[in-house]
Amino acid sequence: MSMIISLIVAAVTFGTVLMFGTLGEILTEKSGNLNLGVEGIMYMGGAFGLAGAFYYEKAAGAAASGPVAIILAILCAFAAGALASAIYSFLTISLRTNQNVTGLALSIFGTGVGQFVGEFMRLSEGGYVALGNNLKDAFSARIWPDALVNIPVVGNILFSHTVFFYLAVVLAVAMHFFLGRTRWGLYLRAVGESPSTADAAGISITRYKYLATIAGGGISAIGGMVYIMTTAGCVWNHEGLSGVGWLAVALVIFCMWRPLNAIWGSVIFGAMMIMYLRVSIPFIPTEIYKILPYVVTVIVLIITSMRNSRDKQPPASLGLNYFREER
Amino acid sequence: MREERTPFIRLAKRGSMDPRKIWLIRVSSIVIALILGFIPILLTGNNPIAAYGVIIDGSLSRPVYIRQTVKIAVPLLGCALAIAPCFKMRFWNIGGEGQITMGAVAATFFALNFAGTVPHVLLLIIMFLAAAIAGGIWAFIPAFFKAKWNTNETLFTLMMNYIAIGIVAWLQGGPWEGRKGSQLIPMFDDAARLPNVLGVHCGWILVLVLVVLMYFYMNKTKQGYEIAVIGDSANTARYAGMNVGWIIMRTMFISGAICGIVGFMTVSGANYTLYSGVANGVGFTSITVAWLSQLNSFAMIFISMMLAVLEKGANTLQTRMSVPASISDIITGILLFAMLSCEFFINYRMILRGKTKKEVEK
Repeated sequence: MSMIISLIVAAVTFGTVLMFGTLGEILTEKSGNLNLGVEGIMYMGGAFGLAGAFYYEKAAGAAASGPVAIILAILCAFAAGALASAIYSFLTISLRTNQNVTGLALSIFGTGVGQFVGEFMRLSEGGYVALGNNLKDAFSARIWPDALVNIPVVGNILFSHTVFFYLAVVLAVAMHFFLGRTRWGLYLRAVGESPSTADAAGISITRYKYLATIAGGGISAIGGMVYIMTTAGCVWNHEGLSGVGWLAVALVIFCMWRPLNAIWGSVIFGAMMIMYLRVSIPFIPTEIYKILPYVVTVIVLIITSMRNSRDKQPPASLGLNYFREER
Repeated sequence: MREERTPFIRLAKRGSMDPRKIWLIRVSSIVIALILGFIPILLTGNNPIAAYGVIIDGSLSRPVYIRQTVKIAVPLLGCALAIAPCFKMRFWNIGGEGQITMGAVAATFFALNFAGTVPHVLLLIIMFLAAAIAGGIWAFIPAFFKAKWNTNETLFTLMMNYIAIGIVAWLQGGPWEGRKGSQLIPMFDDAARLPNVLGVHCGWILVLVLVVLMYFYMNKTKQGYEIAVIGDSANTARYAGMNVGWIIMRTMFISGAICGIVGFMTVSGANYTLYSGVANGVGFTSITVAWLSQLNSFAMIFISMMLAVLEKGANTLQTRMSVPASISDIITGILLFAMLSCEFFINYRMILRGKTKKEVEK
């Protein structure tokens, strides 16, 4: 029993990283932009988030406070991701470049920048970049009182996580309402489904695509920061972060482009990614666990295309640029 | 039209453009990208001009370096050639990574099991064919579902990459593991290694032959023409009586087969063993190579060499000036951004507000 609980808790920790990445990409894809640069964006988020917290601690010294560091790290990561997506948006929306190729270029660029910043900090600080224990604890602290955490079974599963998990859940619920219940959200979906119709209705395609892609990139980047600050223990670790962005892209499909599904979807994916560390099932090699998320995603992709039901599809214009004059 | 209703900048498609001017735009976009690359180098406190000097020096100044650079360029070029027909067809095959890996797996299977029993050349031919078939099948799977149920191929091929890499990770630690606990597949026997020609494994000759073959396939054959028609309009192709699904599957098989051959060359010519990072991002980078070359086989030689020079040179830069080698990814990224966006200025003309009609018509 306790093993299952610890598995769930670990799955949530890794799932939180994925949830941010996925929520950001859902927002982006709802506008019809398939941003394959998530991998690079999350690298940049991780590196700049770490840099924000690290240099803040260096400047403030012993007086550094946890909440400020967390907010700074979130802001730095968001800004880095937003900047990266702004490049992508400018190229695909204004300069009409191919989305797949631009996204891949952003992946190469972003992993390069993230690596560069991580390495650069390491070299300029003399070999080792890590936060002090105070801040480290702040990033992985539980936010609920012990009384709640100590409730048997439920306490650990629901209340033992970091602040980032609850932020991600709030974000998912907020996005659900935004996309389904607000005028702007409906306009955004219209842009992603059928830009020419939206354009005829007087919605500014360019504005919606830019805003959704940039905000989405910023949210994805927070995921990279969360990975570095919680799972990786506040040190730059590019090996651990590699592939997380692609997993987030897979998860978007698994979730059927719905923010609420991202909550449980990311925990399941998180479980599949860390299960090999904790559970060993005889006859199934541990490495095979790790490809499960991708196999499951492929199956979901195939089934949705076969059933062809209308509400479980990618946004209709996903991956296609919109040129008004080429209708 | 009232003046304030006119957008500040309007776009108009250009009919045609002086080829010299087109090349001027392209070359200047590369120059601008290289100048933007100054920024990260300046941040590390080095002289950018000197740093670029080191990059060129470290990749092209000696025959040894040139060989290493070519070794990097060969898989890039091969995979870009593979991807070109898919992209021409508007089928977004971003699964080169996985197709390379599966080709490498098939080649490794024969290298490990038949090295002692089959003569050298025959073994290489078997490995070559096995790699081509394995890569082809790996690419055929998403193509089949695309043709049958219109499954999104971008996402499908992307997922197939990680499944392939996971399979290799499993083989590495499981059935094919050499020394127990090493997590490594044993090095190939000499009989399973590609011979060197001029100091580089003979894959470079193969790739250059492929360049010519692909050029003819795309421009001079019926199949190449069918691919082009589908790329322009799948409906037109259907009206003309082409079996679009079949052509998609056939083209993807060819594409995957070439990627598989690249995988064969990598394990048999460069690494002499198989590990999960065998494709090393080539499948992704080559997509940008193919696209920047406008799917022209001969232009791919130049672009892939350029990226290889950057990658090889950046390693030298790291040892000599302690600039992180990831600088090559940054400069490559900037180069890609610049070269992608320059096509816009070739295809479109911007008209500022307030120009008279006469000027616009010019």
